[in-house]
Amino acid sequence: MKIIKLVFKNVMRHKLRSLLTAIGIAVAIFAFALLRTVIDAYFVGVEASSDTRLITQNAVSLTFPLPLSYKEKIAKIPGVENICSGFWFGGTYIDQRNFFARFAIDPEPFLELYPEYVLPESEKESFIKERNSCIVGRKLANKYGWKVGDTFRLIGDIFPGDWDFVVRGIYDGAIRAADETQMFFHWKYIDERLNQISPGRSGRAGWYYIGISSPELAGEISEAVDSMFDNSVAETKTETEKQFQLSFVSMVSTIITAIRVISVVVIAIILLVLANTMAMTARERISEYAVLKTLGFRPKHLVGLIFGESSLIAIFGGILGILITLWMVPAFYGVLQQFNMEGFFPVFEISKTTFVFCAIAALAVGIIAALFPTLKAVQMKISDGLRQIG
Amino acid sequence: MKIPIMYNLRNLVARKVTTLLTVLGIGLVVFVFAAVLMLARGFRETLMSSGDPRNVIVLRKAATSEMTSSISRNQANILKTQPEVVVLDNGKPLVSGEVVVVNNLAKRSDGQTTNVTVRGVSQESLTLRSKVKIVEGRMLRAGTSEIITGKGAAEKFKGCGLGESVEMGNREWTVVGVFDAGGSSFESEIWGDVEQLMQAFRRPVFSTMTMKMKDPTQFASMKERIEKDPQLTVDLKREIGFYEEQSQNLGLFIRILGIFVTVVFSFGAMAGAVITMYSAVANRASEIGTLRALGFKRRNILASFLIECIFISLIGGALGILFASVLQFIDISTTNWQSFSEVVFGFNLSAGIIIGSMLFSIIMGIIGGFAPAVRAARMQVVDALRAA
Repeated sequence: MKIIKLVFKNVMRHKLRSLLTAIGIAVAIFAFALLRTVIDAYFVGVEASSDTRLITQNAVSLTFPLPLSYKEKIAKIPGVENICSGFWFGGTYIDQRNFFARFAIDPEPFLELYPEYVLPESEKESFIKERNSCIVGRKLANKYGWKVGDTFRLIGDIFPGDWDFVVRGIYDGAIRAADETQMFFHWKYIDERLNQISPGRSGRAGWYYIGISSPELAGEISEAVDSMFDNSVAETKTETEKQFQLSFVSMVSTIITAIRVISVVVIAIILLVLANTMAMTARERISEYAVLKTLGFRPKHLVGLIFGESSLIAIFGGILGILITLWMVPAFYGVLQQFNMEGFFPVFEISKTTFVFCAIAALAVGIIAALFPTLKAVQMKISDGLRQIG
Repeated sequence: MKIPIMYNLRNLVARKVTTLLTVLGIGLVVFVFAAVLMLARGFRETLMSSGDPRNVIVLRKAATSEMTSSISRNQANILKTQPEVVVLDNGKPLVSGEVVVVNNLAKRSDGQTTNVTVRGVSQESLTLRSKVKIVEGRMLRAGTSEIITGKGAAEKFKGCGLGESVEMGNREWTVVGVFDAGGSSFESEIWGDVEQLMQAFRRPVFSTMTMKMKDPTQFASMKERIEKDPQLTVDLKREIGFYEEQSQNLGLFIRILGIFVTVVFSFGAMAGAVITMYSAVANRASEIGTLRALGFKRRNILASFLIECIFISLIGGALGILFASVLQFIDISTTNWQSFSEVVFGFNLSAGIIIGSMLFSIIMGIIGGFAPAVRAARMQVVDALRAA
């Protein structure tokens, strides 16, 4: 008990130094949490994917379409419960900076495939009925102030021309990772227009979403689809939604690696700041430790004293850091939003694992920083310690 | 009289552990600071060098990237006869209709597939882009399944090295040459004959047209005239601006994250410097008292402590730049969502970045050392001497 009291007294002896050290740790913890949140944001698509959904795309790349005839053929494969066309629309809303994902889909099968996009039954019905209608995510609707019944225009690039849409529904995500910054509309809307202006391009889809009856069938069905179209004009590549999403993440893997490296450097910096403080503290108190030893305190008491002080500062810094994180991460996302980048990071939230990692990092740093001074204090001869002058 | 600088240097040596930890702290921050600047610069250089100031790129109206653009053969013929375009000795205009597609290829490193830009080029393409030079092998022959690969692509993707072959669009293509493009994004691309690629990928139209102007000052008037032409429905862009625009999102993200992280880091390092210097002042109270008693003025003490802090920050800064300069050997390759293709860029160190980083570390040193130095200067001689 006495030791704990002494630890507190020691921390308070150099209030400014302890405070500065804690602040140093706090900012580093915050930087660490921010970087981890950025990495998590890259993986949101993977997290949101379901193992009963497959994606079939053209083997050349996602930018090459697939014939519509594939749809019926795929639908006949045993285990396939649902199939839906998909297209990446691209295009521009007012200005190129207003980026958000725009997908052309078949409304009915799509909403069945993605039960996590929740919208009222009435909105669902009117969306399915009206050819030029669309549904948008809650975050997207808030950003542009769209309400049900509003209309807006996209300028096409992959699909040239002006495209007018009416908002018939606003969906909410039922799970944390659900992307609420997307827009979905009728694949038929595109196809009909293409049929008029460039008939050669109609009757195609960018990819097919496939709903399967059970996750165990994923490998079997993927193979069945791909072998069906082997050596045809458009060979296919079928993978689970998770693999599909991971392939996007792997495209930016070097960026993710770079961010990971920086987050390790951050931890190294915290360690330096705290280790420095502890080294100084221990050096100043060498003669005190000698006195304590003379009074009969055992090495374990010294260990407790130094580790206690180090950990106390680290814990305080860690808590402060988590508080800063709670306050600043949304602010950082605000900056990204101001630059219209939320389309790239639809979900930007601090995960529980991040908090746990922060706590572990702070504690580990507290312990490591105390190692060297403790060793020195324990091994020191009393006579040497008493001789030492600060 | 000034306090000899030797005094500060010996102090740093006497407290080596503390000095080292502080130097490392500042060094790491400067490392991150320099790395971010180098990355932003490397990125810009790559994209800037992809363009030639005299080249103009023509895209379909409202197209946002080469891939979403298409130019019909009719439109291409009209564009070839524009008076502003350079005419070669053989009477042909220096215009190249190109087709740009994205093809999945496996990486050599892990076998994972990624998006590679495949560009169908004409014989004029090399003349248009003076930076592109064949460094191994030779140029491809028109009308064949020969391809040339950028040196980044040759290194990174399976089947893309000289003499190897790769399958694309249900056909086998042989690499007959590897080219250097002065560090530009073309180095991550594969080039083949435009007509052959159009057949293989079933694209009957060009993606873009690139033309060289006789006089770059005519750009504005040419742009206005051509964009108004109802037969054409195209947009004209300077090649230089175009490639930069293609990656503004990625560039912006690197900058926002970089600035945020650096600011946060510098707080940590400054806290470290303040701690070190306060303790230096506290530990050396009796020394300070002695110096004052010897007749050194308060401002000498202030200057001496600031100098000591600047020393620490200079060593830290130099160390950080040294670490950062190693990064020049690392390439970052990532997908640019805007063009949906791979870009490779490096960390690019410049004199400006070195000076900027050193200034940054000195500023951290001064901010960190100022308050402790003031405290040292304010000490009363008697109190300070008694402190021991």
